[in-house]
Amino acid sequence: MILQNLNQRNGTSEVDLPSAVLYLLLIMLGWLNIFAAVYDPELHPSIFDLGLNCGKQMLWIGTAIVLLLVIMLIDHRFFETFAFIIYGALCVVLIGVLIGGKVVAGSKSWIEIGSFAIQPSEFAKMATALAVSAFLSQQYVKMDNMKSIMTVCAIMFFPALLILAQNDTGSTLVFSCFFLVLYREGMNPTVLVIGVASAFLFIMALIFDKIYLSISYTVISIIFILYNRNVRRKISSVFIVLGIALISSGITYSVDFFVNNVLQKHQQNRIKALINPDADPLGFGWNVTQSKIAIGSGGFIGKGFLEGTQTKFDFVPEQHTDFIFCTIGEEWGWLGTLFLIGLFLSLFLRIIYLAERQRSNFARIYGYCVASIMFFHFTVNIGMTIGLFPVIGIPLPFFSYGGSSLWSFTILLWIFLNLDANRKQVLG
Amino acid sequence: MLIIKKLLNQENGQWLSNIMKENRVLILQGIFILVAFVFVVKLFIIQVIDKSYEEEAAQNAIQRITEYPYRGIIKDRKGKLLVANTGVYDLMIIPKKLRLNGDLLSFCNFLGIDTIEFNLRLKVAKKYSSVKPSVFFEQMSDIKFAHIQDLLSDFPGFYVQARTVRNYPESVAASALGYIGEISKEKINLVGKDNYKSGDYIGISGIESFYENELRGVRGVKYVMVNVRGEEKGRFKNGAYDTASVPGKDVIASIDLDLQKYAEKLMKNKVGSVVAIEPSTGEVLAFVSAPNYDPNLLTGEAFSQNYNKLVHDSLKPLFNRALMAQYPPGSIFKTINGLYALQNDIIDTTTIFPCNRGIIACHGKHCSANFTTSIQFSCNPYYWNVFKKIINQGKSGNYFKDAKICYDHWREHVVKFGLGGKTEIDLPNEKKGILPSSNYYDKVYGQNRWAFTTIFSLGIGQGELSITPVQMANVACILANRGYYYAPHLVKGIGRKDSVIDTYTKKHETGIEQKYYNAIVNGMTLVVRSGTGFLARSKEFIGCGKTGTVENPHGADHSVFIGFAPRDNPKIAIAVVVENSGFGAEWAAPISGLLFAKYLNHKIEKDWVENYILKRDFIRDPAKPKPKERHKRG
Repeated sequence: MILQNLNQRNGTSEVDLPSAVLYLLLIMLGWLNIFAAVYDPELHPSIFDLGLNCGKQMLWIGTAIVLLLVIMLIDHRFFETFAFIIYGALCVVLIGVLIGGKVVAGSKSWIEIGSFAIQPSEFAKMATALAVSAFLSQQYVKMDNMKSIMTVCAIMFFPALLILAQNDTGSTLVFSCFFLVLYREGMNPTVLVIGVASAFLFIMALIFDKIYLSISYTVISIIFILYNRNVRRKISSVFIVLGIALISSGITYSVDFFVNNVLQKHQQNRIKALINPDADPLGFGWNVTQSKIAIGSGGFIGKGFLEGTQTKFDFVPEQHTDFIFCTIGEEWGWLGTLFLIGLFLSLFLRIIYLAERQRSNFARIYGYCVASIMFFHFTVNIGMTIGLFPVIGIPLPFFSYGGSSLWSFTILLWIFLNLDANRKQVLG
Repeated sequence: MLIIKKLLNQENGQWLSNIMKENRVLILQGIFILVAFVFVVKLFIIQVIDKSYEEEAAQNAIQRITEYPYRGIIKDRKGKLLVANTGVYDLMIIPKKLRLNGDLLSFCNFLGIDTIEFNLRLKVAKKYSSVKPSVFFEQMSDIKFAHIQDLLSDFPGFYVQARTVRNYPESVAASALGYIGEISKEKINLVGKDNYKSGDYIGISGIESFYENELRGVRGVKYVMVNVRGEEKGRFKNGAYDTASVPGKDVIASIDLDLQKYAEKLMKNKVGSVVAIEPSTGEVLAFVSAPNYDPNLLTGEAFSQNYNKLVHDSLKPLFNRALMAQYPPGSIFKTINGLYALQNDIIDTTTIFPCNRGIIACHGKHCSANFTTSIQFSCNPYYWNVFKKIINQGKSGNYFKDAKICYDHWREHVVKFGLGGKTEIDLPNEKKGILPSSNYYDKVYGQNRWAFTTIFSLGIGQGELSITPVQMANVACILANRGYYYAPHLVKGIGRKDSVIDTYTKKHETGIEQKYYNAIVNGMTLVVRSGTGFLARSKEFIGCGKTGTVENPHGADHSVFIGFAPRDNPKIAIAVVVENSGFGAEWAAPISGLLFAKYLNHKIEKDWVENYILKRDFIRDPAKPKPKERHKRG
């Protein structure tokens, strides 16, 4: 009803119902699963118990809905106009956090307002998305222009560096997701290919022996040269292919150095746990091992709501925040995880669909930013719980417990839904 | 492969980059779908295909608590307690929760260990699991428990778990009752892991072992959920998988406690056996293997210490002589040969053979014997002749073939007396004794190369024959019953039912007519009244019996007596063996007489016989072997 009222204000367009439904489904399911994660069968707590995280999440959800209503009431032109100001303000806050922030779990990323603690880095993603969209939507910006690329990279990496300085590696990495947006807006795909290839090389270097990898890269490049007439025709191409093999081997060796000498101890352990969680199942491999046990024990249909034993009894650490996916895996089984992944995928694809129907470049680019940020969280969060990614502490959108995270994703998504609702008022 | 080839052979090399430029939206959608697909597949693998995570989850969070049933108790035939349960207390530890807030030294003192031992046990417990409970100190007595209980609040991580152990209020009948102990790994594999697990107790010998399934009851299982710190978090699935424990059934033993105690008293300082059976039912009234041991030694915390002592004892108290010792039957076997000969018209009760001591040694003052006196005097030449006739019945013209045919026929009958095979008594590890088949002799001497002269000693119960005390007592039952027996058994009732398993209600007939038994019984009456069994004589009842003196090449002969009383309608049949003591008349017969009196009259007439038996200590003062020429007597 509220949505209809909101829509009536514009008269000409309305909020995208599928996205709104997906949003509400995700936050409600998230709430239920937080309840399941903190549920103690001996105490039979209520889901509304404000002393528990599920009760608090209910408050966060309530405020998030207020927040989205407020966003819907804001004029759609506000976001494009004030994009850089919002961005600038957030950067100032991030610097402020660095000076006077509160340290939680090794990261200096929290500021306290009264009794509430807020993580500005969560909101920095939304602000950066606005700034990137506002910059890229300008007429003179072309993705084949070196200056434009450098500028957009600077917009992306400045807050990322501030967050890295807060010692929050996970949130920093999220900013790399903007490359997906840049690719959509015409960036040379080679960057994306190189990015994916580097990640591939990095993981291969962790899993396999350096010498065998170098040999196989060399062998592959020689086979490539022998089979491809085009390459053989030009001597420079041959050198390029061999050069790639050499660089790959170089990366392989430098990864070892990087992991052992550059990364901090807890980061090293997270990477080691990914490669071989059984090496020290009670130490650095604990999170991954227990998370996989919890999810794996769910079976096909799961143990049933509130019947999970691994998550409830603290075998999985952070079971209501970063490892909330374990609760779904354990209590709802493969069907539950399939359903949840389906929900997320539907939301992502719906946003892309919505983005592509925008008349305004700003709205389209912002739409891609929203999809990319949420996709990155989704990939890394679920990937880490099932042992496909190292343990990087970033929340599952709408699902993980936490006000900052829920608010920032709500704002992120609903700004876009506001833009989409008003798309017809934009002159092509 | 096709795709790779296509990629490699693209003429302009731009194929891939063109696609990536032209279909940016599709590619991004593709990436989203691909990642979701990879997740779904990976989740399918760990959730549906790989079952190991379920086990690991259960190991994590579900604790299986075994509820031990109350093991059935064992009572004697009159309802007196033979085996009971007492509570003991296991001190359990969960190493992770352990805090040493109190005085460790006094804690150790109460347990009777030092701090080095304490740390050693702690290490063992930690090695097993730091979060799961394990036994730190087994089977504390009441007193230790009382002391420790006060200290426990200063030592979180320790707790006490009550359990029951066996207790033998009368300290008797160890060889019949057996004992229970921790199950061995081999045994677990044998009986199945469903029923037992490491650390469980199982009957290892005696009734405890034979009636394990009845006594044990059914274990209960309780599944509780625990959190990562090992704290209990309620029943798993509200107890849907829990099973209640069912207490074991009580067992009524056929043993008569008073008789058993008296028999053990008489057998003190002697090596041998007493088996007394109620002939009309086959119920064992007394079952003694001497030297015996106090069954209470094999319970409680000192089990392994005491067990080692018993195992290394040179007198082998753990060896169940009544069940497993095998002796040549000696003269008691003459009864069987006599019965066979009568039944098959080889002799009749009036047949007389001269006591020709030129053939074989004899004893006592007689120069010829008829059937009755042959039993009374245990005349060796008589049974030499009888057995000669048995083996040479003329069933074949060939002397050797005749021997074989006759031997087989004879053996067939002897088997019916429960010899050469198990009596089926309800105790494990029963020995069969030896009753050689004709094939055995064929093998040893060659076919048609053996005859009476080769095997004549069987006539007087020597030679290749051997027999256990249980089998001897069973023969006594057959004689008492004049022709049949019920398999001997130690248990007359299980649970509330007063019945026994089918094996013990089946009547075994010997196929020899009662009138011939009467002839034997006449002889056996004379044995007790005025023969070698005179020390078993009583004024109150007519006892019957047959003495035996079993040749023993390693020392003094074994003294043997089988008999029953009263003569008509017998209530008790008995077999007594006293190893390395001398004549049957000297030791086995008076012991039997005392036991008859005890069982039938509940009093002893002849104190001097009792004193004579009780005073003799064959263990400290072994009997001297008799001079060689006096052997072969009955």
